[in-house]
Amino acid sequence: MTDNKLLEVEHLTMRFGGLVAIDNLSFTANKREITAIIGPNGAGKTTVFNCLTGFYVPTEGRLTLHADDGPRLLERTEGFHIPRNNGVARTFQNIRLFTGMTVLENLIVAQHNRLMEASAFSIAGLFNLGRYSRAEKAAIEKAEFWLNKVGLYDQADWNAGNLPYGSQRRLEIARAMCTDPSLLCLDEPAAGLNPRESAELNVLLQSIRDDQGVGCLLIEHDMSVVMQISDHVIVLDYGRKIADGNPEAVKNDPAVIRAYLGEDEDDELPPEVAADLNVDPNAH
Amino acid sequence: MSSAFASSRTNGSEIVKELAFFAVVALLMSVMILGVETVDRPTGLELAVRWDLVLLAIGSTVVGRLALIIRRESISRLVQAVLITITAVAVFEMFVRFRDMDDRWASPVSFDMAFSSAVSTVVALAFIAIVFAIAYFSMKEKGVAEVEESEKLSSKIQLAYRSNTKKIGLVGIIFFIIFPFIFGENRSAIDLATLVMIYIMLGWGLNIVVGLAGLLDLGYVAFYAVGAYSYALLSQNFDLSFWLCLPLAGIFAASFGIILGFPVLRLRGDYLAIVTLGFGEIIRVVLINWYDLTGGPDGISSIERPSFFGLADFSRRVPEGTIGFNELFGMEYSSMHRLIFLYYLILALALVTNFVTMRLRKLPIGRAWEALREDEIACRSLGINPTNTKLSAFAIGAMFGGFAGAFFATRQGFISPESFTFLESAVILAIVVLGGMGSQIGVVLAAIVMIGFPEMFRELAEYRMLIFGAGIVAIMLWRPRGLLSFRDPTILLNMSQKEKVAGELK
Repeated sequence: MTDNKLLEVEHLTMRFGGLVAIDNLSFTANKREITAIIGPNGAGKTTVFNCLTGFYVPTEGRLTLHADDGPRLLERTEGFHIPRNNGVARTFQNIRLFTGMTVLENLIVAQHNRLMEASAFSIAGLFNLGRYSRAEKAAIEKAEFWLNKVGLYDQADWNAGNLPYGSQRRLEIARAMCTDPSLLCLDEPAAGLNPRESAELNVLLQSIRDDQGVGCLLIEHDMSVVMQISDHVIVLDYGRKIADGNPEAVKNDPAVIRAYLGEDEDDELPPEVAADLNVDPNAH
Repeated sequence: MSSAFASSRTNGSEIVKELAFFAVVALLMSVMILGVETVDRPTGLELAVRWDLVLLAIGSTVVGRLALIIRRESISRLVQAVLITITAVAVFEMFVRFRDMDDRWASPVSFDMAFSSAVSTVVALAFIAIVFAIAYFSMKEKGVAEVEESEKLSSKIQLAYRSNTKKIGLVGIIFFIIFPFIFGENRSAIDLATLVMIYIMLGWGLNIVVGLAGLLDLGYVAFYAVGAYSYALLSQNFDLSFWLCLPLAGIFAASFGIILGFPVLRLRGDYLAIVTLGFGEIIRVVLINWYDLTGGPDGISSIERPSFFGLADFSRRVPEGTIGFNELFGMEYSSMHRLIFLYYLILALALVTNFVTMRLRKLPIGRAWEALREDEIACRSLGINPTNTKLSAFAIGAMFGGFAGAFFATRQGFISPESFTFLESAVILAIVVLGGMGSQIGVVLAAIVMIGFPEMFRELAEYRMLIFGAGIVAIMLWRPRGLLSFRDPTILLNMSQKEKVAGELK
């Protein structure tokens, strides 16, 4: 079991001045699994992501990524070095594509570091030496693979900003995957998608897990996504972990129900929440 | 008025009211600015009134407004055109009349000169026509069909331009190459072309920083100055040749680009603009005050002229041990040889700038610049080093500024801090912005418009600034994102450029 660990978060604490956004959080995410982090708004989910991907430096704690070639301490590396050297890629809650560039360019930019090396920091590329054109061809092939995967091949030369919302979400995932990550952090990938699109998203994420063997960390409010594809669910509330386990166990955890629905539960739960949590409104 | 145009929607008294209102506004605006003037008399400074100017201002405003009213009322196009022409001529006549009425106008301002030649008259009329055209089109409420028609036309132009960019560029290059053969004996034409070419090169250099990397740089002239002074000082103090100093000037300017880049890495937008503006001023002030090194406001004079790649010299009496350019090629001596050589030199430098930029755009570094302009946070999440990317943009942009500066120094033979004021930065930035950010051909057009036209119409003295202003207003109205504001994708997967444009415009 131990060598199946991908990410180990130990005693992670993040304080902004007096505000404790994450309080002594520990969890593990396994290889080839989708680990979902859920919790009410403001629970600190995105802050965990920002710590993992180098946007914040954690106040305390240790973040270990067990990559194929040995463990790496994420809290020791900063900023862009994490996606570059440690293989952690992420998407954003509010989509951050390069909207003025084409879909294909978005995917090529994601392979920047490999191409930069091949172009000998632009010197070989300036004179169009063979090594660079080979690298560029490989980059295009990888981009094409992901374009097919997310179903955007026909829109490859569109401006990314002209894509419909759902396609933009998928493109952002494809772009993150083009960096060859070992851990993919998805910040609310299903937000704003219609049911059909979120079903497609489920298929895509499962394929990333099973075919690419990439571990996913998923923040999501859409329970239809979380419950269907997650192998492991962690529930945060006020920066603390209140539940951890497989979806079934978490769903029925009284602490989770309390966090989502408040302390004084009455019998009139909002029906859609009740349905999502699969709780009989009159059961408790 | 209303009786003359039976179909007009507004009646006569309303029109008169409207005209009166605008006359009052014009009076309020012009009475203090144009109406009084301080005159230096033996008894001291005195105020002189210039009612004629105020009247002229009010008159032009009323006539202009009248033109707008004529436009606004539903009168047939032909009648409108005739009336607008008549009013334009009337305004022009008023200018001429007033000039003749008062001698004072003729002497200090070169007004006589302005209207002395037939060309100038045409230009003045063209200016008035531009003003009216602006008024005409900006006030027009277009019908749906008309809008569609004009959009179709503009998209046709776009399509034609975008699918033929390479051809247009090639034609441009050929034109600039054969330019000296057409105007070989015309000294001022070659001089002007060289000047325009310097600004084209500066525009292309700044385009890397502003257009591609999206870093608003208001102090670009600093790198131009660094290049110019590095050549001048190296040449004077160490007796190095131009051909050795040219790369050195580029390297110095690039290092200054990195020096500027470091402190401003975290800044964006307005804040970046302010700091770069300050940097430009710092360089200028240092140049003025470091008297021992730079000669301060006196500048550096008799800077060495370039040789023909170290092989031959362009001067009439060549120094001992070298041969003249004319001897080398067995030609008669002509002072034009050096000018034409300088022209080809800056053309070559500019084309190198262009090709390097175009190539860099298609390389990972260029794509990273554009991605950084779009979204810096996304770049970081993809493992792109924003620091290095920004610094490389600053350094490469500055390097080309340095090359242009070295060329400027060797062409002028004299440099002083006067040549490197903020206004220069503003002009270069205006060339980039008016051309359309990131568009290489746009920069050429804008440089011709911004530098070429004002020089061509120099005989119009300060009135050319009026035309210049009208031109800028026209560009802002019709092409608010610059003359050519299309971004060519750096890579295409399965569509030709033409299909892509067509698909986009559908």
